[in-house]
Amino acid sequence: MSYVNCGNFKTSYEKDAELFQTTFSKILIYAFIAALFSVPFFLGDYYLYVMNLIFIAVIGAVGLNILTGFTGLISLGQGAFMGVGAYAAGYLSLTYGLPFFIAIPAAGLITAVFGAFFGIPSLRLKGLYLSIATLAAQFIIEFGFVRLEFITGGVTGLSIDYASLAGYEIDSDFSFYFLALAICLVMTLAGVNMMRTRAGRAFLSIRDNYIAAEAMGINLFRYKLTAFAVSSFYAGVAGSLWAYYTTIITPENFTIGVSIQYLSMIIIGGLGSILGSIFGAVFIVILPEVLQSFSDWAGGYYPNLTQIIGSIKEGVFGLVIILFLMFEPEGMVRRWRLIKAYWKLWPFSY
Amino acid sequence: MEFFVQLIITGTVIGSIYALLALGFTLIYKATDVVNFAQGELLMVGAYICLHLTVSYNVPFWASFLITLVFSFTMGFFIEKVFLRRMIGEPIISIIMLTIGLSSVMKAVVQIFWGTDTRTYPQVFSSEPFMIAGLSISRVYIYSIAAVAVFLVLFSLFFKKSKVGVAMRAVASDQQAALSMGIDVKKIFALSWGIAAVVSAVGGIFLGNINGINTTLSHFGLKVFPVVILGGLDSIVGAIVGGLIIGILENLAGGYIDPLIGGGAKEIFPYVVMIAVLMIKPYGLFGTKAVEKV
Repeated sequence: MSYVNCGNFKTSYEKDAELFQTTFSKILIYAFIAALFSVPFFLGDYYLYVMNLIFIAVIGAVGLNILTGFTGLISLGQGAFMGVGAYAAGYLSLTYGLPFFIAIPAAGLITAVFGAFFGIPSLRLKGLYLSIATLAAQFIIEFGFVRLEFITGGVTGLSIDYASLAGYEIDSDFSFYFLALAICLVMTLAGVNMMRTRAGRAFLSIRDNYIAAEAMGINLFRYKLTAFAVSSFYAGVAGSLWAYYTTIITPENFTIGVSIQYLSMIIIGGLGSILGSIFGAVFIVILPEVLQSFSDWAGGYYPNLTQIIGSIKEGVFGLVIILFLMFEPEGMVRRWRLIKAYWKLWPFSY
Repeated sequence: MEFFVQLIITGTVIGSIYALLALGFTLIYKATDVVNFAQGELLMVGAYICLHLTVSYNVPFWASFLITLVFSFTMGFFIEKVFLRRMIGEPIISIIMLTIGLSSVMKAVVQIFWGTDTRTYPQVFSSEPFMIAGLSISRVYIYSIAAVAVFLVLFSLFFKKSKVGVAMRAVASDQQAALSMGIDVKKIFALSWGIAAVVSAVGGIFLGNINGINTTLSHFGLKVFPVVILGGLDSIVGAIVGGLIIGILENLAGGYIDPLIGGGAKEIFPYVVMIAVLMIKPYGLFGTKAVEKV
């Protein structure tokens, strides 16, 4: 049963920073990825739809976690940045006819530039002040979505074609699943790896003590902007994926509520943990779906329920955030680690 | 010119409600270091309770006003005791998210009980406008400005003269010193939430008398940030001055910029002002500058 030593016997930093700590975890992760690639053949469209939403949310949540969880810069603008990505992808594919495999990274880069621009205040502002500045950024960008009609199409939005690869249209939940999964895997892996580099360590040091970090030679301006750019790149990719998934881009999909949802994902999942972002994204995407199916089931007995289900969703969402903050402030990832630690020593855990 | 004066007057009314909200926000921030994203929901709940009492139970307006204040105080008091008490010492993002969670819950409860349609207060103030220097000003505007002014004066007296008010200021300036002087800091924390809920409810009731209420009332809570940033986060004077300035600026922007760009300037202008203030003078007009050490 035990697949890892119950002590820490690493003898070099390289070993400590290895991506896969043991062969067993490597096998498990590869098996998990293989399973992910094979499940769509067994799942119905509804489940695929939920999975696709999860993949998009994971990308956005990993991005926000890099900024907020690892670098400690609170952002209330993730929703708006996703919107920038979506509109950028839409505009590029409509105006220049770019294929999706160019439009998505390009949209990511455009969003990264946006993010870096709105990250400039982060040099002077910290904590609360920064989060308020990003709140302003959220509202100003949202205003731009509605008002800059020659790019965004105003309130009616943009309507784009499905992504297509060599004549094959990615127009179903099934085919989109593979696209979203592939991009999600690449982005998650990039996120994990980034945290093992100099930049990742610089982010952590800025979070833990920015004055000490600066004294040790870390260029705050550069790394804070990098964090904003990287995080916005993720948001942009997530947003452009969303654009290709729904093919209709309208401003109300990128409101402050979306930003709050992403923040709640990383809070519930665990700040400063890529795995936590994944847990949180899964949880927050599934929660309203579960409530919806509950209301569909119970609606037969309590017809009033279907009318107020929207409010109930919002209330439960808030309640979940509160409960997590009060009883598990480090998020689901801590629970996961505890469970893992328990099984490590099983059956001799005290 | 008349247009300009009308804008200023409307701006002053809205601004005075912002001032009340910001007063509540600043109180909580000063005393407990909590950034309250649920300020708008406190306003909304107050407005709905008062409306419900007046309309459904036929309580006279002044009585339901007072009952609402008592209710709001109790609600604020217990929100602090139950939820915020556990968050002392947690990082700022946790506190922000907790108040955001509270705001979702409150909004959901209001929607479940009262739905999302706009409701209007029964005619409380006579609809015949005042005529001042050839300008007609709606009576409810005059009353709200007057009421807000009265409340602001009452609160300044409360902070200056009463024992509890002085204790609250002591906690705000130095918690440890206050604690060693025998002040019950926990009680002050809960009290400041109660008072913040009361002032927000007052704002909500007058706002409801002007425009009617629906759940978008909670957006007022986010408008409080431009106000407190402009005035200085920890300054009560700043909250009042900032509220009036933002209210007037917002209405002027709505009156003069909106026709040029086709609407929306009113909503966005306070945030543009806020960004400018954050860049130039992050601690606002009256705020104290924070000093940081390693």
